[in-house]
Amino acid sequence: MSEHTTNNPNELSAHSIAEIKACMAKYPDDQKRSAVLSALQIVQHQNHGFVTKVLMDEIAKILELPPVQVYEVATFYSMFETKPCGRLHLSVCTNISCMLMGSDNILAHVEKKLGIKVGESTPDGKFYLKKEEECLAACAGGPMMMIDHHYYESLTPEKVDEILDGIE
Amino acid sequence: MTDNTINVEINGKTLEASKGEMLIQVADRNGIHIPRFCYHEKLSVAANCRMCLVEQIGGRKPMPACATPVMDGQKFNTESQYAISAQKATMEFLLINHPLDCPICDQGGECELQDVAIGYGSGASRYSERKRVVKDKEIGPLVSTDMTRCIHCTRCVRFGQEVAGIQELGTMGRGEFTEIGTYIENSVDHELSGNIIDLCPVGALNSKPFRFQARGWEMTQHESIATHDSLGSNTYSHVRRGKLLRVVPRSNESINETWLSDRDRFSYQGVYSEDRLQTPMIKKNNEWQEVDWTTALEFAANGIKSIVEDDPDQLVALASPRSTVEELYLLNRITRGLGSDNIDHRLLAQDFSDQAADSLAPVLGLAIAELENQDAVLMVGSNIRSEAPLLAHRLRQASLKGAKVLVANPEEYFYYFDTHAHLSEVNLVTQLASIAAAVQNKTANKDLDLQGAEFSPEHMKFADALIDAEKAHVFIGNLGLTHANFATLRRLSAYIAAQTGATFGYLPPAANSVGAALAGVLPHRDVAGRDIPNIGLNALQMSDQFRKAYVLLNLEPENDVQRPYQFRKALDNAEIVVAITPFITDSLKADADVLLPMGTFAESAGTYVNCEGVWQSAEGVASPVGEARPAWKILRVLGNLFDLGGFDYNSAFEVRDALQAKLVGLDIATTYRGSASLNLAAEAPHAYLDMPAYGHDSIVRRSNPLQDTRAAKEAGNKFFKVAIV
Repeated sequence: MSEHTTNNPNELSAHSIAEIKACMAKYPDDQKRSAVLSALQIVQHQNHGFVTKVLMDEIAKILELPPVQVYEVATFYSMFETKPCGRLHLSVCTNISCMLMGSDNILAHVEKKLGIKVGESTPDGKFYLKKEEECLAACAGGPMMMIDHHYYESLTPEKVDEILDGIE
Repeated sequence: MTDNTINVEINGKTLEASKGEMLIQVADRNGIHIPRFCYHEKLSVAANCRMCLVEQIGGRKPMPACATPVMDGQKFNTESQYAISAQKATMEFLLINHPLDCPICDQGGECELQDVAIGYGSGASRYSERKRVVKDKEIGPLVSTDMTRCIHCTRCVRFGQEVAGIQELGTMGRGEFTEIGTYIENSVDHELSGNIIDLCPVGALNSKPFRFQARGWEMTQHESIATHDSLGSNTYSHVRRGKLLRVVPRSNESINETWLSDRDRFSYQGVYSEDRLQTPMIKKNNEWQEVDWTTALEFAANGIKSIVEDDPDQLVALASPRSTVEELYLLNRITRGLGSDNIDHRLLAQDFSDQAADSLAPVLGLAIAELENQDAVLMVGSNIRSEAPLLAHRLRQASLKGAKVLVANPEEYFYYFDTHAHLSEVNLVTQLASIAAAVQNKTANKDLDLQGAEFSPEHMKFADALIDAEKAHVFIGNLGLTHANFATLRRLSAYIAAQTGATFGYLPPAANSVGAALAGVLPHRDVAGRDIPNIGLNALQMSDQFRKAYVLLNLEPENDVQRPYQFRKALDNAEIVVAITPFITDSLKADADVLLPMGTFAESAGTYVNCEGVWQSAEGVASPVGEARPAWKILRVLGNLFDLGGFDYNSAFEVRDALQAKLVGLDIATTYRGSASLNLAAEAPHAYLDMPAYGHDSIVRRSNPLQDTRAAKEAGNKFFKVAIV
């Protein structure tokens, strides 16, 4: 476990706070709300893949926002999870270009390999197979998937095995 | 024509508009109807319902009228085939997920969606898939939710953000899964939260106490005045077969705008509490008997008469400042007619030493709406969100417009506005002396000896803000008015105001504190401020100095006076206690000898003078409960039984007119001209009294929905809950 994360799900780590403050510095003093997206990202990372009400309340305190405005953003964007889930977010693109290139097979393979369905996490808490929402804009490399912000393109079942086995 | 005025054409008519004004505002002003859901004149523009789409001639697509700033020479058509088809298409989408449950929806018959659907909806739906279902949210005892009906106009969300000052509701999720809610189940606790019921254009947010009670078309609507703070918010009372079923706001830009506080909206639930006094009662040989009106009134009159014949000073009259002007004036005429000056309405005040310097009435000293336009406001001793929620809203608006709001309070309160400087020290008087010292330091005028009071940079912020302001106002709230050292506190506040060029006034504690002062319900002054040479007993002395006859108007001895224990001892000691009251309580049963049932605000015609000095009259709208009568009629009969003469009024408004005739030409300016000596010694604890927001008066205390709010519970639920009959 890196020093970026902490086991305490009820408070922000010193590292998270420092990162959020660095983000806030990018915006005018009276527009702290602008930093809410970055703050959620930082905190989701700290908490191994999802944010909790307590942590969102902490963000609201730092950004001087009504907590409900943090909840609004967290529930709106598909890259934030507000319920417990696996640490590594895995999404297989199934939009038109990837679909034409066989993404249905890739997804089926991932599901089989991890033993979970879309929307579920592996029992060891390592992977969370996200319900794919939209095109991930890597059509030239389809079929593709994203694991924790990294793109893996031109997938084959063998390549998927290799990636999943090799990832920490 | 100023530079700002431009011409636009709507439906072939050329209309004047200001540059940058939204098209919907121009249309509204000129009586051109455009359907809308999310647009509200008091809220920011969201443009998310799309119902107000209109045609811009030469434009490429339909434009939302609420978010289209007009420019010179533009032409719009709101009724063309193009515009109507855009509106109809929007309507069809809005109705896709809206349930067809109008027959069981409280909003049915007074629903904006229903109304617009009549005009723009299709008779049959083309949609055959499943409709969305959304779980209802539990947001407290005042507002019921049926979230499946929500069309996501976000008026309630924007109200929280922009008007209330705290966003309690938000828009969760997105697209098909969007829901309005609090995320984690949480109550919406703001003291103006009931307004989201009016704002909601559909039946998603409704009044919980009114749920399933009546249909809009079964009720008649009457203009009324709210009686639970000194603003006198304008309301409509909705009545079915003589029973008051609902209270909603009536627009008055200069007082309550389109809003209403929860206290004024839901207090009516206390009107029909089961401890309403149904018939007149007298106590004979320590036994209570129900009697007819004549017997009771004669019993009361004879009892009082036999005492005042020997010594008029034995008569004491204490009235609630929530009584109507008519009731107060008649009570004054009776008391003074019988030769007593022991009359008061200042139930919670403690320091009367400087009452000779009182202004004619404790008015605010400026127009309510004008508060928003101040550059600096100093509030001395006020829990303003509890005392007058809509005045707190005005202060918030002032603060948003850049006014420096300065607060000197004896304890810490939470405000929804930013304060420029803010003191919450127990010893309010020494704090004010320090502010005054800071002012003296700045003006170099030391004409008042502040006994060596020192000041800190925080005090200097007060002085700077007030002196630098072009328009500044200083007012004393209820914590100040009921303060044990009120004389010093007022002297200092008025001094600060005078030295900094600020205007000065008070936040009157109750709906008719101003009216009571004008009607002469004071021991030292008669009607119109005429001084009384031999000053009678004030409200506090009435507790300490025992008299033989007491008349109580609309108050509960155990809850409404400064020293309930002592006051009840005085009542116990008296020979006759006549209580004119809407409710029967244990203490009244124990202490009184005659109970005369009076109508509440809902059942009595009457007039209230608000904090600005505006007289507002309303008719009684509901049928009396039991044999209750409007108190002015009870007092009229008593006046006649005492043979006082001139008590033959035919209506409440004749009483009002008689009083007003005596007030012609009077100036209610609030400049302080007294010279109370300063007492800056250490204060006793509990030098002031903070009434809980929902403990203010007998009716509010009996409103179960208000007593169930978090605010009431946190105040310790001091008051009992009773069944509603």
